Amino acid sequence: MRLPDAEELFQILAKKIRSAGIQNIALVGIHTGGVWLAQRLHQELNIQRPLGMLDVSFYRDDFDKRGLHAQVKPSEIPFDVEKSNILLIDDVLYTGRTIRAAINELFDYGRPGCISLAALIDRGGRQLPITPQYVGAELKIPDNQMLELQRDENDKLSLKIYDKTSNHE
Amino acid sequence: MNSRNPQLNENGTLQHLLTTEGLPVSVLLHILDTAESFVGVTERDVKKIPLLRGKSIFNLFFEPSTRTRTTFEIAAKRLSADVINLNIAVSSESKGETLLDTVNNLSAMNADMFVVRHAQSGAAHLIAKHVRSDIRVINAGDGSHAHPTQALLDMFTIRRYKREFRNLRVAIIGDILHSRVARSQIHALTTLGVPEVRVIAPKTLLPKMVERLGVHVYHTMEKGLKDIDVLMMLRLQNERMTGANLPSSEEYFKYYGLTPEKLSLARRDAIVMHPGPMNRGVEIDSAVADGKQSVILPQVTFGIAVRMAVMSILAGNQT
Repeated sequence: MRLPDAEELFQILAKKIRSAGIQNIALVGIHTGGVWLAQRLHQELNIQRPLGMLDVSFYRDDFDKRGLHAQVKPSEIPFDVEKSNILLIDDVLYTGRTIRAAINELFDYGRPGCISLAALIDRGGRQLPITPQYVGAELKIPDNQMLELQRDENDKLSLKIYDKTSNHE
Repeated sequence: MNSRNPQLNENGTLQHLLTTEGLPVSVLLHILDTAESFVGVTERDVKKIPLLRGKSIFNLFFEPSTRTRTTFEIAAKRLSADVINLNIAVSSESKGETLLDTVNNLSAMNADMFVVRHAQSGAAHLIAKHVRSDIRVINAGDGSHAHPTQALLDMFTIRRYKREFRNLRVAIIGDILHSRVARSQIHALTTLGVPEVRVIAPKTLLPKMVERLGVHVYHTMEKGLKDIDVLMMLRLQNERMTGANLPSSEEYFKYYGLTPEKLSLARRDAIVMHPGPMNRGVEIDSAVADGKQSVILPQVTFGIAVRMAVMSILAGNQT
């Protein structure tokens, strides 16, 4: 399968968010790919509020099967979540379970005014009633394959697809 | 169970935390790194995460303890586990059988994890060997053998203040002979690559052949504290002293009590640690305990995050 260029998708996504013209928004990236995107968007869209980052490992629903991820990164929400207008950012939207975990985690910081969702790619296959407000592209990927965002040493983003060896999500 | 190291299974996955001895550096670092994420959780408004929801953790304390038991309890509750505290005082005659019977009964109540404190060295090992393979055991101190979570929270504290282990000189000071904390600290420090670990104590409070653990032995603070980055004080364990190890606590304070004058022999940016409870005026002077270089209270705070990390890693690891 020929994959789209991640840098182009990023520009499409940034444009969509910019043209929505949301006021006083706070960005929260989901580790790891979502954080890369959120950092770029934070600059590109000149967002005033500090950037948040979530590692949803402590909120996953498959802890009993998979245990704790080898490298859990600290979650950091450097703004008051209470009544905030939050845009969650992830790289690849798939089953929706990561987003469920992220929403639950955000609520443990406070009661947000509103949460919306941006993803670079929506690959379908949802298992929960979760819909993104902003996507770079929709791309049908078979369930036996993994789609991953990667970043090289010059911060250039690219997409990689490979066969699943273990159930990843 | 791995016959060489009963804490690990055949795949090298941590099943129980019994001692820091023989734990690979990767396991130690995984615990420390995970604890970093839990520090963030303990600073939030809602200090609770759903990770161990539905799990039952039994705190089995056969020996009195306030701080350790409480921090384990808080850690388990912040992970959303159900915690059952059992303070069981046992008479010295009824060891082995009673212990395993107790464990059998609690296992029948569907325990998922035991946190064990016992006056007998090896009690947690015995329980770990005995329980069903899906039950996890954490040693919260056994006799004068090991206290791995204390050592891990000490390592976490050192890394927080000093960043790197590989350029440090660390001194463990006081009653090494009776101290399970000291043993666990020494194993953890050497595994994490601390190049120089010293013990400072009178001859009567040092175990025989302590040098075999890879430490340098000093009998005076004047020599031992030179160039030290981290001072790990130990409590003088009156309750464990059977013979005449010491003339008096006043005498001990004079030679080994950490006063501001003795602390000034170490590096200027040295940190002072103590596992608690402190005997002020015996092993440590109040001016030091409450002073700028003391990190004794942060140790307690980090202890919760480190115990959350140990519990969640154990609970999540496959049998």
